[in-house]
Amino acid sequence: MTGFFNRIIPNVMDKLPDFFEAIRDTLIMVGWSGIIAFVLGLFLGIVITVTKPGGILENKVLYQILDKLINFFRSIPFIILLTWVIPISRAIMGTAINVEGAIVPLIMGTVPFFSRQVESALAETDHGLIEAALSMGSGPLEIIFRVYLRESVSAIARGTTITAISLVGLTAMAGAVGSGGLGDFAIRYGHDRNMTDVTWVTVITVFILVSIIQLLGNLVVKKSRH
Amino acid sequence: MIRLENVSKTFTDSNKEVHAVNNVSLTINDGDIFGIIGFSGAGKSTLVRCINLLEKPTDGKVFVDDAEITALSGKELRKARKKIGMIFQHFNLMPSRTIFGNVAYPLRGSGLSKEEIKEKVHHLLELVGISEKENAFPSQLSGGQKQRVAIARALANDPNILLCDEATSALDPQTTKSILKLLQQLNQTLGITVVVITHEMAVVKEICNRVAVMDHGDVVEEGEVFHVFASPKEPLTRSFIKTTSNLQKIEELIAADSPVVATKKGELIVRLSYVEKNTSEPLISTVTQKFGIILNIVFADVEIVQNAPIGGTVAIVSGESSRIDEALQYLRDKNVGVEVIKDDRVLQ
Repeated sequence: MTGFFNRIIPNVMDKLPDFFEAIRDTLIMVGWSGIIAFVLGLFLGIVITVTKPGGILENKVLYQILDKLINFFRSIPFIILLTWVIPISRAIMGTAINVEGAIVPLIMGTVPFFSRQVESALAETDHGLIEAALSMGSGPLEIIFRVYLRESVSAIARGTTITAISLVGLTAMAGAVGSGGLGDFAIRYGHDRNMTDVTWVTVITVFILVSIIQLLGNLVVKKSRH
Repeated sequence: MIRLENVSKTFTDSNKEVHAVNNVSLTINDGDIFGIIGFSGAGKSTLVRCINLLEKPTDGKVFVDDAEITALSGKELRKARKKIGMIFQHFNLMPSRTIFGNVAYPLRGSGLSKEEIKEKVHHLLELVGISEKENAFPSQLSGGQKQRVAIARALANDPNILLCDEATSALDPQTTKSILKLLQQLNQTLGITVVVITHEMAVVKEICNRVAVMDHGDVVEEGEVFHVFASPKEPLTRSFIKTTSNLQKIEELIAADSPVVATKKGELIVRLSYVEKNTSEPLISTVTQKFGIILNIVFADVEIVQNAPIGGTVAIVSGESSRIDEALQYLRDKNVGVEVIKDDRVLQ
C-alpha cells in the first residue's frame, strides 16, 4: 500500500507530517474564524434587518452606517485586506503570521459576506408573521429569537454553508502570506517547486472538506423544513 | 369598548402623501360584532391596525376599555395587545411550529406552567373544533382549519376584543360561513367584541350588528346593520347592498324591456321594502283584501338580518287608480318603503 502511494504521490508521502499539519491548520483556521464570524455575522445580519426602514427597531442612522460599512469591507480584495489588517492582527493576536495571524483577516473577510447572507435569509420571513407576533404582544427580542431566527433556520443554514465553503477558499489565499494550511502547502510545494502531485492531493483534500460542509449544510436544511 | 377619536393615518411615500385614514371617529361597544366594509384601498385595514397600534395613527386618539392605547409606552402597549386578539387574511401561522406550538406561542411568559399551557391549548383547540390536528404543521391544513388555529391562537390570552382583518377573504363560501359561525358563537359564549374588516356585504349581513362603510379613508356611513341595509344613505352603501340583494335588479329588467315586467295600461310597478322590524303583519294580503286591488309579485328577496326580515318585493299593481293610491298610502303609514318604479296610469 505504502509502496503504491510512494509511486504515484512521492512528494506528498515525503512530506506527510507537513501535509497533516497543513490539514490541521486549515481546520483550525476554518473552525475558529468560522465560529467567530458566524456569531458576529449573525448579530450584524439581525441588526441590519431590524433597523431597516419598516423594521421592528427601525433606526435610519444605524442602518445606513452598517449598510455602508458592510459594503465597504466587501469591496476590499481579500489579498489587500490581508496586508491592511496586519497591525490589527498584531494588536489582537500578538502576531501577524501563522494560523493565529490569519484568524483576524479571515473573520474580517467573512463577517460582511455572512451578514448579507443572514440579512437575505431573514428577509424571507413572511412579514405577516412579524405582524402576528406584534399583535400578540411580542417584544423585539422575542420576535428576533422566536420568529425571525426560528423561521429562518434552513435559510441561515444555506447561507452558512455557502459562507463556510468560501471561507475554506479564503484560508487558501491566506496561505500566500504565510498562514500555513493547505493553501500554503499547495503553493509552497505544488506550485513553487512544481510538485504536481502535491497540488492534486491538496485539491482533493479541499474537495472532501467542501463536500462534508455541503453535506452537513444540506442535512440541517432538510431537518428544519416542514 | 373601543373608541377612536379623530384618528388619521397618513403615509408618506417618496414625497407623495397618502391619506389612508381621514379623521375617523368611531365607538365600538362591548359585545358588538362590528363590521367595517369598503373596497380595497379604502383604508379599513389601516384603520383596524390603528386599534392595536400595528399602525401608529398620525393624529388622533385610540381608547380601549378607557385606556388610551395611543399614550402607552412600549411595554404597556405589549401588555395591552395581549388582550386584543387579531386574525389575518393569510392566517400568519408560523410554519416551523406545530399547531400546538402556534397556539402556545403567545402563552410564553404568561405565568402558566407547562401543564397549564398544555391544558389551555387543548381547551382552545377544542373551542375552535380542531383538536385532532394538534401535532400537524400548518402546511398540512386547509385554509379553514388554518383560520381556526389562528383564532385559537388569538384567543390564548383571553382577549376582550378580536380584530379580524379580511379573515374570510381567502376562503371558499362554505368555509367562510363556518368561520363566521364560529366568530358569532365566540361572540355569544365569551362575550368577546369582534371587529370584522371585509369587502363583502354578505359577511356583514351574516354576523354583524353594526357596520361602518369606508371610502377613501373616510367613514361615510355608520349604524345598526338593519337600518343601514333598510335605508342606506350613501350611494356607496347602496352599491354594496346591491351586491347581496336582487331587489335592485328591477331597473335592469325594465331597461332591458323584459317580458317579466311588461305592464298593461293602468298598472304600475312598485318596490315595497321593509325598513323597520315590523314585517310580522301580513301586509300584502291585507292591502289586497282591504282595497280590492291585485298585487302580482314579480319577485321577492327577503332575508333575515339581526333576527328581522329585511328586503322586500317588487310587484305589479292593478286595480282602480284611487284605490291603489289609498293602498300605497296605507303601506307607507305602516312604515313600508314604497317606491313607484313605473306608472302606466299616467297614460290614461
